[in-house]
Amino acid sequence: MITFERVGKRYPNGRVALENVSLHIAAGEMAFLTGRSGAGKSTVLRLIALLERPSRGVVLVNGQNTGTLASRRIPAFRRQIGVVFQDHRLLPDRPVFDNVALPLAVAGVALREIDRRVRASLDQVGLLGKERLLPGELSVGEQQRVGIARAVVSKPPLLIADEPTGNLDPTLALEVMRVFKRFQEVGVTVVVATHDLHLAQEFAQTQIVLEDGRVQGTPEAPLPTLQAAP
Amino acid sequence: MGIWGARHVQALLGSLGRLARNPLATLFTLTVIAVALALPAVLGLAVTNARLATGDFADAVDMTVYFKTDIPLAKAEQLARSARARHGIAGVTLVSAEQGLAEFREHSGFGEALKALGDNPLPHVLNVHPTPDASDPAALDALKRYFAAWPEVDLVQIDSEWVLRFAAILELLRRALTVLAAGLGLGVLAVIGNTIRLEILNRRAEIEITKLVGGTNAFVRRPFLYTGVLYGLGGALLAWALVGMAVLFLADPVGRLAALYGSRFALAGPTPREVGGLLVTGAALGWLGAWLSAARHLSRIEPRA
Repeated sequence: MITFERVGKRYPNGRVALENVSLHIAAGEMAFLTGRSGAGKSTVLRLIALLERPSRGVVLVNGQNTGTLASRRIPAFRRQIGVVFQDHRLLPDRPVFDNVALPLAVAGVALREIDRRVRASLDQVGLLGKERLLPGELSVGEQQRVGIARAVVSKPPLLIADEPTGNLDPTLALEVMRVFKRFQEVGVTVVVATHDLHLAQEFAQTQIVLEDGRVQGTPEAPLPTLQAAP
Repeated sequence: MGIWGARHVQALLGSLGRLARNPLATLFTLTVIAVALALPAVLGLAVTNARLATGDFADAVDMTVYFKTDIPLAKAEQLARSARARHGIAGVTLVSAEQGLAEFREHSGFGEALKALGDNPLPHVLNVHPTPDASDPAALDALKRYFAAWPEVDLVQIDSEWVLRFAAILELLRRALTVLAAGLGLGVLAVIGNTIRLEILNRRAEIEITKLVGGTNAFVRRPFLYTGVLYGLGGALLAWALVGMAVLFLADPVGRLAALYGSRFALAGPTPREVGGLLVTGAALGWLGAWLSAARHLSRIEPRA
């Protein structure tokens, strides 16, 4: 599903976020990116979601080379990826329903179909019945689940999450991870960036450790799906 | 209508809703646009009315052709006949030197003094009436040159030059109005563009998320274009109301003034065609202003993560 081949990323301000990263995440896997802050986890996710293009190397997502994809194809590309943020990034002035419906609205889904799928998605994260509330009226854990509902409402084959449990207490964090796990079990590829090694150990099928913009390998098992650069 | 149409209706309703949520700010912007549109509209109407009020004067345009004094009456009559055959001339009256002298004696009060003159000093004269469609300055000038070219003619005089000057002033006003309207149009463009710019900045988070979940530029731009069109159209409607009020306010005194001059002139309001033009112009300016602003500012907003 995701392949990085000797990827380097240098930001316009000169900061080198990734030195030489090669990795592979197979379709249907639940993979964790771990490492300290600033190790490059977020950059890897930004490259996957095509919020950035690589400075060097090749990033393949679902068979598409993000370095060469035409700008006008970026919207269609992004529709295959659900993104969950640490700070959930909900629109505070719109009810839960509108927030979750956004990916369907941009894809031009018919209104009746939007209604059905938003409810289904909210049901999956246990928030059915809260469609009319504003995000501010929900607890932090619920807001995060609304963010997840938005990420999965269009049934993308790939779900990426950047520190999705960063603001949650351990119980809520576990709950969010179980939600991700359920999506992975129905075939969605899930990539989670986190510094919570306990969660990673409990849920990861693949764990990729980043340090100073390089892959350090997995802590225990020797790289079952991670290919070192030749 | 389908999905495409439904999305447009959605965007339109969304834009309307946002405008209605900030009634004061919306009204302020609409007023600025309305005044900028109403000003050239009112002045244009003033020029149109001035032209209508003075339209009768076109008949007053007359041309006097003075023959040289040694031209015999028979020759003058022959020339008058050929003038009558010319296109653009409604009538030609020949005033012979004798008739002229008689009229002069009667009306001038110099009768006794004229008796002292042995010879008649007056030439034969043609009074030429151009047809209304040949009464514009260019046609009159051509006619003047036509008569002046005759060897028998001494002098050609356009009697109502002030009418032509007035027409020239109106034409100048009309041109100045075009420049003014263009300038104010640019102003409307700037006002709408800036309003849309603020709106885009206010909704930055929403735009980022929309792009992140795969919203195309067209999708992101659509509500702003509708907002621009609504501003332009709303401003034009308000401008129409302002113009209408101005006409109502002035109709009475203008009517009384015209009556004092013995005219039945009544102030004309904008025609449906002119109102349509105003509304289309407003909507088009709104769309263009929003489009320019969106093209400039939307592309700079890319999702962060």
